[in-house]
Amino acid sequence: MADNLPSEFDVAVIGTGLPESIIAAACSRSGQRVLHVDLRSYYGGNWASFSFSGLLSWIKEKQEKTEVSEESEDWRKLILETEEAISLSKKDTTIQHVEDVCYISQDSAEDIEEAGALSKLPDLGGSDTNETAQQSEKGCLALDKQLGTKGCEMSPETIASNDLECTPEGEDTEVISERESSYDATSGHSTLETEKTENASTAEVSNLEPKKITYSQIVKEGRRFNIDLVSKVLYSQGLLIDLLIKSNVSRYAEFKNATRILVFREGKVEQVPCSRADVFNSKQLTMIEKRMLMKFLTFCLEYEQHPDEYQDYKDCTFSQYLKSQKLTPNLQHFILHSIAMVSESDSSTTDGLKATKKFLHCLGRYGNTPFLFPLYGQGEISQCFCRMCAVFGGTYCLRHSIQCLVVDKESGRCKAIIDHFGQRISANYFVVEDSYLSEETCTNADFQSSAHYRSIGSKDTVRPADLVHLTCSSTKTAKEDLEPVIQKLFILNDEKETESENGGGLEKPRVLWAVYFNMRDSAGIDRNSYDSLPPNVYICSGPDCALGNDYAVKQAETIFQEMFPKEEFCPPPPNPEDIVYDGDGTQPEDPGFSISPEPKAEPLPEESSNIENKVTEEHNE
Amino acid sequence: MHGRLKVKTTEEQAEAKRLEREKKLHQYKATTEAIFEKRRLGQLDKEGLELTSQILGANPDFATLWNFRREIFLHLEEEGSPEEMQALCQGELGFLESCLRVNPKSYGTWHHRCWVLERAPQPDWARELELCARFLESDERNFHCWDYRRFVAKRAQVPAEDELRFTDSLITRNFSNYSSWHYRSCLLPQLHPDPQHHGRLTEDVLLRELELVQNAFFTDPNDQSAWLYHRWLLGRADLEPTIHCIYVNREDACLAVAFSQPVRVTPGSHGLILLADEAPLTVEWHTPDGRNHPGVIWLCDLPASALNDHWPQHTFRVIWAPGQCQKECVLFKGRKDCWYRDSVTEEQVFRCELSVEKSTVLQAELESCKELQALEPDNKWCLLTIILLMRALDPLVYERETLRYFGALKATDPMRAAYLDDLRSKFLVENSILKMEYAEARVIDLSHRELTALGHLEHLLLVTHMNLAGNRLQHLPPALAALRCLEVLELDGNEIESLDGLPGLPRLQELSLRRNRLRRPSDLRPLTLCPCLAQLDLADNPLTNLPEAPAELANLLPAVHITLV
Repeated sequence: MADNLPSEFDVAVIGTGLPESIIAAACSRSGQRVLHVDLRSYYGGNWASFSFSGLLSWIKEKQEKTEVSEESEDWRKLILETEEAISLSKKDTTIQHVEDVCYISQDSAEDIEEAGALSKLPDLGGSDTNETAQQSEKGCLALDKQLGTKGCEMSPETIASNDLECTPEGEDTEVISERESSYDATSGHSTLETEKTENASTAEVSNLEPKKITYSQIVKEGRRFNIDLVSKVLYSQGLLIDLLIKSNVSRYAEFKNATRILVFREGKVEQVPCSRADVFNSKQLTMIEKRMLMKFLTFCLEYEQHPDEYQDYKDCTFSQYLKSQKLTPNLQHFILHSIAMVSESDSSTTDGLKATKKFLHCLGRYGNTPFLFPLYGQGEISQCFCRMCAVFGGTYCLRHSIQCLVVDKESGRCKAIIDHFGQRISANYFVVEDSYLSEETCTNADFQSSAHYRSIGSKDTVRPADLVHLTCSSTKTAKEDLEPVIQKLFILNDEKETESENGGGLEKPRVLWAVYFNMRDSAGIDRNSYDSLPPNVYICSGPDCALGNDYAVKQAETIFQEMFPKEEFCPPPPNPEDIVYDGDGTQPEDPGFSISPEPKAEPLPEESSNIENKVTEEHNE
Repeated sequence: MHGRLKVKTTEEQAEAKRLEREKKLHQYKATTEAIFEKRRLGQLDKEGLELTSQILGANPDFATLWNFRREIFLHLEEEGSPEEMQALCQGELGFLESCLRVNPKSYGTWHHRCWVLERAPQPDWARELELCARFLESDERNFHCWDYRRFVAKRAQVPAEDELRFTDSLITRNFSNYSSWHYRSCLLPQLHPDPQHHGRLTEDVLLRELELVQNAFFTDPNDQSAWLYHRWLLGRADLEPTIHCIYVNREDACLAVAFSQPVRVTPGSHGLILLADEAPLTVEWHTPDGRNHPGVIWLCDLPASALNDHWPQHTFRVIWAPGQCQKECVLFKGRKDCWYRDSVTEEQVFRCELSVEKSTVLQAELESCKELQALEPDNKWCLLTIILLMRALDPLVYERETLRYFGALKATDPMRAAYLDDLRSKFLVENSILKMEYAEARVIDLSHRELTALGHLEHLLLVTHMNLAGNRLQHLPPALAALRCLEVLELDGNEIESLDGLPGLPRLQELSLRRNRLRRPSDLRPLTLCPCLAQLDLADNPLTNLPEAPAELANLLPAVHITLV
């Protein structure tokens, strides 16, 4: 379909990351003709989620040396004399230092297919023999904001929610458990995780005997995991949730509430008591601590009304303020690292109180923790907005690369794009994900380190394997940044040694397989960093370091408002009953354009059915 | 490429909505009429079920329609086979579930569900338990569903352990749940009964529960449910009413019995039996006010034969059959009265609020409540619990401290100041009674204690002198009738405005009412019921300023020496 695209649109969006997808939906919703393309074969850019095999392909792709482009420069002929081209990058440089390490036997992995997979896995490449692989190193800039430790380990087993209403439903057993956890390498001692409280569904009981897990098993069970490239969750109050609800995009996805928040402290992983029920049930707090914690948290909820309580500490750090409040070290640790999640060294009292308040405000809306996550991974959210865009007539093309932006010399405005088929497509506005802009155009960028782990705990026999996600802002390669942390939390080496070593003590989970990578954090890069961009070209950044998604939503809204200052941003869709077809009058109910937001039963317009197919393909692949 | 969509305007929407509602109303009315017509004609058929289901589906609180459905059910039951009934019940349960989804707090719906399950040939209790769990999942405080769950658990004979675990799980989720705590208080005495005290728990369980509930009130001290459960944990077993005092007066030819709790003595029954010199004596029992409502004091007149002076002594034995207790006293020749009374030791009286658990447990509880109070100085539940714990531990030792906490409590909860004053008065009266008993006196001094109410007067049956001067009493309670021996009553410096309610006191001789608020001579009319009254002091009351007062009073109380200045 890509070869006969219309040649004229109102808005062209390049890249399917979260901010681009939100903008695309907003534009389409307000009646603009939207073309949304992505060079990649999947939705979401760096916000994507993969099954295990999908992740392996992604790793392979990122590890491959990019072949020198031998593309024809034919498209240059399409540029008029009065125009100039800004060429777009066809190589994604936002991901670096990708290393995957396998810690378990890889029996005949080549023949294994993911259960339910349609096609054979891609070749696993060279890294699979390299058990203690130490690979390429490269320095990355450290981010100086946001050092808070965070991460979540959560399970989709708890509550399925529709329309964000958290209606408990019968749960499928497809996903064993998804854990994400991120780690602040600088503060050293604390991980915050959320984890399920329930046991995994009974379907997994067959794995009860503590059998060794092989690589082929992981591959086979690969579809049980939705692995996010970024470790983000949704705060259950905040810009993204508000937007999802307001725009009705929420009904395209299912969400679950994270069930626990854990902290790594003094060599142990403990649950963080954050809600009233948690505090009540907590065994590690004394009665007095319970009261002090509840009292402090209650105060934080309305701290603005009691300025006298913290006025004197305004210039101190939050951790100093906590100390002054006669909270026990235990409580200070919980509040600083797991509830406020702010830096110990440089977050002010007000920042800390604000962060605590936000956390507490989110509690209880959908469950006992403040976090929601999409059932099929973070990547789902971008796709949902794309879907909204498609429902309102947006056109979608994946694997579609754009050669350049065409800029009119006289007006300095961008007029069109030229795609890899050499088609020239004109539009009034252009939204571009920053990874498409070649490095010369951008002057600075930061990176974050990321690592995904699969681990098995011998105590944890019901689940054969868990997924752990660690993130920190990077100082070195992801592996260098995160390996010390992993050694604290997990067993990396050969099983026999460590078993005897650990004796009767607390057994750490064993790492089965890991991948490390650094991802660029371009949030906070000012538009001015890009040289001489036409005013009608808008730049969206990739995932930022924060746990929530507010940055992306804010960015999308700002860009949309700049483009269409008079239009409402993602207004609620009209009630299907209130829609009157106002066509040529002969067919009052044109089946080609029902905008019933029901995700399943809707007949979609021609173009948008494509996205639907693609969305489902991603799931069934 | 596509037609633009047009959205209805708000006016159009409103109009469409109005029409829709009109149509609904019309349907509702028509169906209701049809149902009543059918009922009038006695047509008990499936059509009736169908019609009522239409209305009840929308409005499950229409009780008459549930009744009609039951009539139809009973009728169909006579005709149909058990299989048909089972199918009908199945259908009904499904329908009821949909009604409950509309309104999960409808009395009628839950009641009908009980009714149907009791009639269903093969009730599926497991499914019902599952239904309860589901409804409590969405609202863990829905007491309708808790009621229903208890019904189901009883019918299905669910072990109490399982139900206890269920309450555990809900309390874990949200401890602010009265129903769940209440259910525990029903289940625990079944599972871990204290062999000595009916309705109480064994000590290890008690300690475990105390820890649980402490967790709750340390987490949220403003949540009442936990405090109320705590109070239940420390409460005492319900004691059977017993006789704790009897008194015989030769002159009045009267016998008085004081019970520990109000009882009803029905005339002609053999609940309360009097044996005079071991021979049953038929007497008429009555309360002091003659109304014979359940009360703590019961009186009877004695025939002259039972009191004659020929014998050296008369033995009076009173048997309270329902409580299986009996008490006796002996009236010796030449004595004008005699009595029996239980000694008022701490273990037996005044522990209505808290019982005697091991004092170590109470002491530990007191410590942790004090800790909490230090953190939450304004928490009224904590203050009240401290007071109750102190009373349970030792009312006299902690008297001053208790009064201090009462002051703090009143300051934090001014809305209940009057209640707290009364409670404090009650405790002070109890303490005075204890002190009097230790002194084995028949004189009680309750002066200058800021009392606003008088309690436990049944313990004062034998008191001859009572000093209530300098308190804040506004009136005198009818329960004063318990003071069968009272001769001198001092009420100087109170706030008494009227003597309404003052019962006749058979032996009252001196009454002092200086510095009160009596306005009219007629306010003193109740004193005409005190046959022995000889001295009355009314100085410094507003009525003394009335010129006609002396004459009126002399007229009203001719035999009494009245002081007005």
